[in-house]
Amino acid sequence: MTAPAFSLAGVTLRVGGRDILRNATFESRTGQFVALLGPNGAGKTTLLRALVGLVPTRTGQIRVLGASPRAARGRVGYMPQARALTVPSLSGADYLRAALHGARWGLTLRRDTHEIDRVLDLVSARDIAPRPIGTLSGGERQRLALAQALLGRPELLLLDEPLASLDPARVGDVVALTRDLRDALGLTVLFCAHDINPLIGTADAVLYVANATARLGPVEAVITTESLSALYGVPVEVVRARGHVFVMAGTVPAAGGECCAHG
Amino acid sequence: MLAYDFMRTAFAAAGIAGVLAGLVGWFVVVRGQSFAGHALAHIGFAGAAGALWLGAPPLAGLIVAALAGAGWIGALADRAQGRDVAIGLVLSVSLGLGLLFLHLVSGSASGVTALLFGNVLGVSHATLMTLAAMAVVCLLVLGVIARPLLFASLMPDNAAARGVRVGAVGTVFLLVVALATASCAQVTGVLLVFTLMVAPPATALELGLPPRAGAALSAVLAVACAWGGLLLAWITDAPVTFWISVLCAVMFGGGRLLRAVSPSPGSAASK
Ligand SMILES: Nc1ncnc2c1ncn2[C@@H]1O[C@H](COP(=O)(O)OP(=O)(O)OP(=O)(O)O)[C@@H](O)[C@H]1O
Ligand SMILES: [Mg+2]
Repeated sequence: MTAPAFSLAGVTLRVGGRDILRNATFESRTGQFVALLGPNGAGKTTLLRALVGLVPTRTGQIRVLGASPRAARGRVGYMPQARALTVPSLSGADYLRAALHGARWGLTLRRDTHEIDRVLDLVSARDIAPRPIGTLSGGERQRLALAQALLGRPELLLLDEPLASLDPARVGDVVALTRDLRDALGLTVLFCAHDINPLIGTADAVLYVANATARLGPVEAVITTESLSALYGVPVEVVRARGHVFVMAGTVPAAGGECCAHG
Repeated sequence: MLAYDFMRTAFAAAGIAGVLAGLVGWFVVVRGQSFAGHALAHIGFAGAAGALWLGAPPLAGLIVAALAGAGWIGALADRAQGRDVAIGLVLSVSLGLGLLFLHLVSGSASGVTALLFGNVLGVSHATLMTLAAMAVVCLLVLGVIARPLLFASLMPDNAAARGVRVGAVGTVFLLVVALATASCAQVTGVLLVFTLMVAPPATALELGLPPRAGAALSAVLAVACAWGGLLLAWITDAPVTFWISVLCAVMFGGGRLLRAVSPSPGSAASK
């Protein structure tokens, strides 16, 4: 029995004077594909940052790959939400080279081209890597960001909204790519998204964050009228139709499901 | 021309300042900190003028004030909102303070011009030695922090998640910028440090060069501009700093033109 890929025990996270999580306890199994869902501002990004040791816990303990978040850093691949274009004239390969061993002091004397080529092949981005990132589409940049997260052969992948600003076809591609990477490399994936639907059939579990509470469990158990109503603290209705999930708070659709026609 | 001792010293000083400005400037431009760099020069000006008033060497005052300014701007880093306003305010107060100190010193208008616009032909041997020592310190520190600095500049969140202490590295870098600014000011004066520190790296980036080649070319271009300025000043009798600023502007324009007429850099860069 292996240790959980990540676990929180009685964890309280606080940023900007507000509790983002209060006394949260949950854990994921190794190899799981976990969808991280919740409304805007619920604390999804904060939770991911806490898992890489960038947000201190007020109470409780976070364990990542059997170690403290800081100690596990070298074994975790992280794709942040904010991916601003700092220098559009540098190429994707330049960015990857800067990220590879980027935390070490000194100058790069010998280049590890193998590792760069490996991650580029994993996301099929060899052809776009030499281009200036300013000339790439959002989807192409997303692929390079995923390649960056795969540097150094991580065991746990934390992806913050990799589906943002992608068209429906690309959404399916990225989900399939992430699932294939999980299968091929034996990764655990925590995948932050705003809509559960593209992840149905792929996600083994859902981690739902709302109102400073979190719940991790199978999709069918967490995305239910009872469970989400308890999380939000207001009545929420979950409707399933034709393989899709609709989450509605009163008459207004809430985050976590597709929007549906009003009426 | 090189038969004159002051010319040899001037070329050496301009070469040192050029290498420093080119390399440090590459990171300044990549990090979008040219405004902070500009401000450091002005804070340094207040220090130099203050030192003159106190009867101390202006270069010492320049260095101390610029380093203090760098520490202050580094401490601001977390509160990014309103940062430029704060820096701008301190920049203008510094200019005002510098003016006051120079007024109190009274007299030597040439000293003022030298501070503001540089006086590379008047660099002493002692100053040259100080410049060389500063350059060694800057390049050593830059060599040690180069990798985390580049990572933190391009992808701050990723760098932090991999254990880079983004704030600390940024502050150390600003101290290096302060030293580079101080040495550059000996050549171009505080008002035009910007030229030598921003135009060459911006040109290298415009050409789409990767970090190592870009920083190297930036240093070469900065030295070329500094030495070209000296040469043209010798020939024409116009001020060195005038020619340096002209050369920098022409070079940047040329880089843009080259970029515009060359095929897409993506196809040029692929192996
Ligand atoms: N550095 C900070 N200082 C103050 N408040 C912060 C800070 N970072 C986050 N917050 C607040 O914490 C809350 C959670 O933010 P977080 O970015 O984790 O939400 P999120 O679930 O990722 O939202 P989104 O779906 O919009 O990305 C928000 O209310 C946000 O305003
Ligand atoms: Mg977020």
